[in-house]
Amino acid sequence: MKHLLRALLFFVLALVAWEALFRAKIWSPVLVPSPVSVGRYLYEAAVDGTLWDATLVTMRRLLLGYGFGIALGLPLGLLTARFRIVKDTLGLVALGLQTLPSVCWVPLALLWFGQSETAMFFVVVMGTLWSMIIATDNGVRNVPPIYARAARTMGSSGLQLWFRVMLPASLPYIVSGMKQGWAFAWRSLMAAEIYVTILSGFGLGNLLHYGRELNAMEQVIGIMFVIIVIGLLADKILFSPWEKFLHRRWGTAK
Amino acid sequence: MTLSTELQSETPSKLSVQHISKRYRSGGREVHALDDVSLEVGEGEFICLVGPSGCGKSTLLNIIAGLEFADEGRLYTAGAPITGPGRDRMVLFQEAALFPWLDVLDNVLFGLKLKPGLSGAERTEVAQFYLKLVGLEKFTKSYVHELSGGMKQRVALARALAPNPRVLLMDEPFAALDALTRQQLYGDLQDIWQQHRKTIVFVTHNVREAVCLGDRVALFSPHPGRIKEQFTITLPRRRDINSIELARYAIEITAALKGDARPSDEYAI
Ligand SMILES: Nc1ncnc2c1ncn2[C@@H]1O[C@H](COP(=O)(O)OP(=O)(O)OP(=O)(O)O)[C@@H](O)[C@H]1O
Ligand SMILES: [Mg+2]
Repeated sequence: MKHLLRALLFFVLALVAWEALFRAKIWSPVLVPSPVSVGRYLYEAAVDGTLWDATLVTMRRLLLGYGFGIALGLPLGLLTARFRIVKDTLGLVALGLQTLPSVCWVPLALLWFGQSETAMFFVVVMGTLWSMIIATDNGVRNVPPIYARAARTMGSSGLQLWFRVMLPASLPYIVSGMKQGWAFAWRSLMAAEIYVTILSGFGLGNLLHYGRELNAMEQVIGIMFVIIVIGLLADKILFSPWEKFLHRRWGTAK
Repeated sequence: MTLSTELQSETPSKLSVQHISKRYRSGGREVHALDDVSLEVGEGEFICLVGPSGCGKSTLLNIIAGLEFADEGRLYTAGAPITGPGRDRMVLFQEAALFPWLDVLDNVLFGLKLKPGLSGAERTEVAQFYLKLVGLEKFTKSYVHELSGGMKQRVALARALAPNPRVLLMDEPFAALDALTRQQLYGDLQDIWQQHRKTIVFVTHNVREAVCLGDRVALFSPHPGRIKEQFTITLPRRRDINSIELARYAIEITAALKGDARPSDEYAI
């Protein structure tokens, strides 16, 4: 409670300082809009629906690509952990491509798929897939060998051992990988949406881009605010509690 | 198979270890972990392996468990050669090695589910029977991180007993516990062993523990790992670890151990 109050107080003060800065008119109001106008923009965009539409478009792209990346990365990660040859080939590729900021895929995606939803999908998948492969592989390698030994004495082997022991044992690491994959996917999608306009749907990134073109600074800042909130919600509500819970129960907490 | 026959203990089996040798090669160095080790363990016998660190006790146990393989020699349980892990030989490790993603009941059920011939309800009943035996019937829904070290080893014991093995292999299972918890477990383990006859091979550093539990104590000497001497313990059961007769045995065995111990090695008497 004390922490919450303190945080609240800080943000109120920051808003007041911002408004004061605006009123002082040191910079043109085009460059520094007042917090009130940002709030008004968000309110209007929410009322006329553009904000919800854009959020929906963005979330749909994100979930589609992210879901696919996870669904593909998990089995591939298990294969890299299980087979040396996959580790030496695909594992190496994943390691290399994971270091590539996924916005670098945008030009290639445009050449291959044109200005289409497929291009967006591709970029998000590339943002998710490699870190998911690496996290899964790493998770399995971190499983204490004693689990597999204990399971084998009880008659576990083959696929049963993999699905009933290795996979659940590496879950905390896999969820950490999913969280990281989400962060990468989110960043790459925003970059792609700012960079590319697709007529089939305007996402949050597109709104941000148009805000700049129209010199509507309150729109730019308003949308940035929305992007931050979505990122925080995903991290603090979706992933972090789950991650903490798993690391605690599995005894793998750092 | 019906539940009542399932809950009846299998007859313990004879264990025969014949001329086992094992070497490890790591980084150009070769360790002769076991050198021509032979050991006969009778049906329902409780044998303790004692010896300085690195003399190959765990290696021998793992080979009997079928988790590792000997370079030379043969092993038989109940007359059949050991070729890999098997439900007739269950293992208790120093770490309980319970699965944290399962609750206590499901941990005990893990091995049972791999055993054919039982219905789901029967499995649950068997698991609950063994949890009761180790005194944890009230903790079936707890998760591993909520248990104390002693409780974890009790669950691990229930898990190892549940598939009704004929041999129980224990590798320093109580080493990480406090003295009081350990003493309770000595008593409980002796009771369980007397009610549900199993052939038990028990590895420990603690000479007193070995004398308290074992019908026989086998002393190992290191580099290369060999059985140096064996002692038969004739004290009546149930034994109290603090008794004077037990201490006499312990002193004798410790003296024999120190014969080849380096000064840095320490033994609890
Ligand atoms: N996987 C392995 N690779 C290489 N060397 C090994 C391996 N396992 C055991 N050793 C070596 O074999 C020897 C016997 O090891 P083992 O674990 O059986 O000893 P121990 O008697 O159980 O010792 P402790 O009482 O400390 O548990 C040691 O010298 C050890 O270094
Ligand atoms: Mg050992």
